[in-house]
Amino acid sequence: MRVMAQLAMVMNLDKCIGCHTCSVTCKQTWTNREGTEYVWFNNVETRPGQGYPRRYEDQERWRGGWELTRRGRLRLRGGSRLRRLGRLFANPDLPELTDYYEPWTYDYRTLTTAPLGDDSPVARPISAITGAPTSVRSGPNWDDSLGGGPENLAADPVVARLRDELGTAVRFEFEQAFMFYLPRICEHCLNPSCVASCPSGAMYKRVEDGIVLVDQDRCRGWRMCVSGCPYKKVYFNHRTGKAEKCTFCYPRMEVGQPTVCAETCVGRLRYIGVMLYDVDRVTRAASTPDEKDLYPAQLDVFLDPDDPEVAAAAERDGVPHEWVEAARRSPVRDLICTYRLALPLHPEYRTMPMVWYVPPLSPVVDALARTGFDGEDTGNLFGAIESLRIPVEYLAELFTAGDPEPVRASLRRLAAMRSFMRSVNLGEVPDGAAASQVGLTEDQLRAMYRLLALARYEERYVIPTAGVGQAHDLEAVATRCSLDTDGGPGMGGGDSARGGPVELFVWNPHSRPDGLFPGSRPR
Amino acid sequence: MTTVDVVLWTVLPYVALTVFVVGHVWRWRVDQFGWTTRTTQVLESRWLRLGSPLFHIGILMAIAGHAMGLLVPKTWTEAVGVSEHTYHVMALAGGVAAAVLVVVGLVLLLLRRVVNGRVRRTTNRMDKALYLVLTAVITFGVVGTVGRNLLGGGYDYRETIAVWFRGVFWFHPRPELMVDVPLVFQLHALSALVLFAMWPFTRLVHVWSVPLAYLCRPYVVYRRRRPRTARLGAAAVSAPAAGVSGGRGHRPPRGPSFR
Repeated sequence: MRVMAQLAMVMNLDKCIGCHTCSVTCKQTWTNREGTEYVWFNNVETRPGQGYPRRYEDQERWRGGWELTRRGRLRLRGGSRLRRLGRLFANPDLPELTDYYEPWTYDYRTLTTAPLGDDSPVARPISAITGAPTSVRSGPNWDDSLGGGPENLAADPVVARLRDELGTAVRFEFEQAFMFYLPRICEHCLNPSCVASCPSGAMYKRVEDGIVLVDQDRCRGWRMCVSGCPYKKVYFNHRTGKAEKCTFCYPRMEVGQPTVCAETCVGRLRYIGVMLYDVDRVTRAASTPDEKDLYPAQLDVFLDPDDPEVAAAAERDGVPHEWVEAARRSPVRDLICTYRLALPLHPEYRTMPMVWYVPPLSPVVDALARTGFDGEDTGNLFGAIESLRIPVEYLAELFTAGDPEPVRASLRRLAAMRSFMRSVNLGEVPDGAAASQVGLTEDQLRAMYRLLALARYEERYVIPTAGVGQAHDLEAVATRCSLDTDGGPGMGGGDSARGGPVELFVWNPHSRPDGLFPGSRPR
Repeated sequence: MTTVDVVLWTVLPYVALTVFVVGHVWRWRVDQFGWTTRTTQVLESRWLRLGSPLFHIGILMAIAGHAMGLLVPKTWTEAVGVSEHTYHVMALAGGVAAAVLVVVGLVLLLLRRVVNGRVRRTTNRMDKALYLVLTAVITFGVVGTVGRNLLGGGYDYRETIAVWFRGVFWFHPRPELMVDVPLVFQLHALSALVLFAMWPFTRLVHVWSVPLAYLCRPYVVYRRRRPRTARLGAAAVSAPAAGVSGGRGHRPPRGPSFR
């Protein structure tokens, strides 16, 4: 057993309203630059839908993630190492810009400079890549809220698989349609296929917190990671010629702050915490023969920080005490292991993803209530889960490689919690049977309710700082401004010769405004 | 032999090779971030998927052919019993095949770069200069091979160019050998020297990053977080570097080395 710590996220899909605040704030923070116009480290897609890039889940086409060889060993789906090196000249599995979308802006200038005339001036779309007028044909969220209708949605790879392999038709008629939102970031997998694909060894998993990063200095632009990631969450910056990806906002994490997407989530549906896992068991778990066993196999990889043996091993393996403490209080661990509510996204890719999802339950209550039954009665609810408007099979294809049982169990627990808490709120004697039926205690249901419904900030995010071990060093940072060097700008000095403030509003990204960076000063 | 000949065939090679070597050292040390293929496949894939492999395989064949023709003395091949005629036929067959691949690939890639607006926009000045010189080198080379050796009477460059080329590396330059070489071969050599001098400042540096180490590396790379103190400058108390900065570890390191 070798203990490692991993920062992980859980998203409660019941609460996502698809407002895209996470996407926008993430973009403003990380990919608001030339070369990354089309890049969304965080995106929110509507399911059913094709996602971003379009149909990224179709691994027959994109060949991301891992597969098992005939001898049961893990191999990248893109082929053996030699085979992929042979494709350095042209990568057949690389999505093109069109598969994402051609980013655009508008010719706003004509709105103010158009000559006086009978018609109102129109701001026409302009390609952000070529600068030429363009017609907008797709976007990062083109089928938002089922936009585009049945012909668009039938191309959802999950819908297609349900239809072809299980014969389950997903209904798209307006009265029977269903949808929910799926926010996605990098999964920061335990067995990352992007890292394994990188020929330069520029991508790595951080030992301390498991965050997967691209070393911008060592990346040589072989773009194998882009096709290696089955979630298509590594992007190619066409300006710098380097790969970029979600960083799990590591500069914020290191000082104990949640990611920007989590911090700004208006639904408060994201949870961040530490998971301890046994790194020695990862490969074996990822090689589980039956895809449906991958979810339980990944659960087996996680370690219980309350187990004294694990705590001792963690200390031996150099996991700081603060991190073990954080793992004990981890909301993510509660949702994944204790309540078994959260499920991984596409475990069949065999990457052991670490951003998990609580499946959505909401529509069932409404649907039941509309038929005249008590929508929050346990018995009714349990029965209704079987005939959910969101088919359990669809959720199972997303979260458990097609095994509906874990999804049903998760939804039952959510239903039990609702029913239980309604009794509490109405002052009735809560039905203890609901809890025991789903294998939880009443206290656990209350704790679950607190975590999911109240979702206090400090309970959602339990993040040990990377700097705890270096607190003494960090003092120097915290107690004085880094600009306060002798004669530095913080001392009121600065480069007065460089002139006044920088007008960032009209800043042309091709240039560097004077005074943005301090020049070299004679020492 | 005039001064111009000495400048062209002695001074220029050494200047070009010096720039080549020093330029690479400089670029490697100051510009790791710029050291990349700058592939444009994400912008345009269809033409590249045909053109790029053709060009690269052709170029690799051409490089192998040059290595054989320039670095292996004629006496050696004759010693193992390869007659001039046999060698000529072999070199010509390989050379023409490489030329076809390279030319078709280059034309496809050049057209793509001009016609496709996305790719055109990412082309910077250095790329344009590189394409110009590269096209010149390839054109002169192909004209020399096809025009002179296939259709023309043939020219035994192993008696002159190859000897001159090796002399440069032995610090025993023999510029007089190049004086009477046919113009097209002279131009090929000169444009190649310019290409060598440009090399470190262009995207051609990706050639040196051929990731062969990938074949024998563990799949998943683990690395330690760099200690913050390294970036804080002298003001911060320096942390003992050992075990913390670990750097390029390829396996999860064992033992207590967290701070």
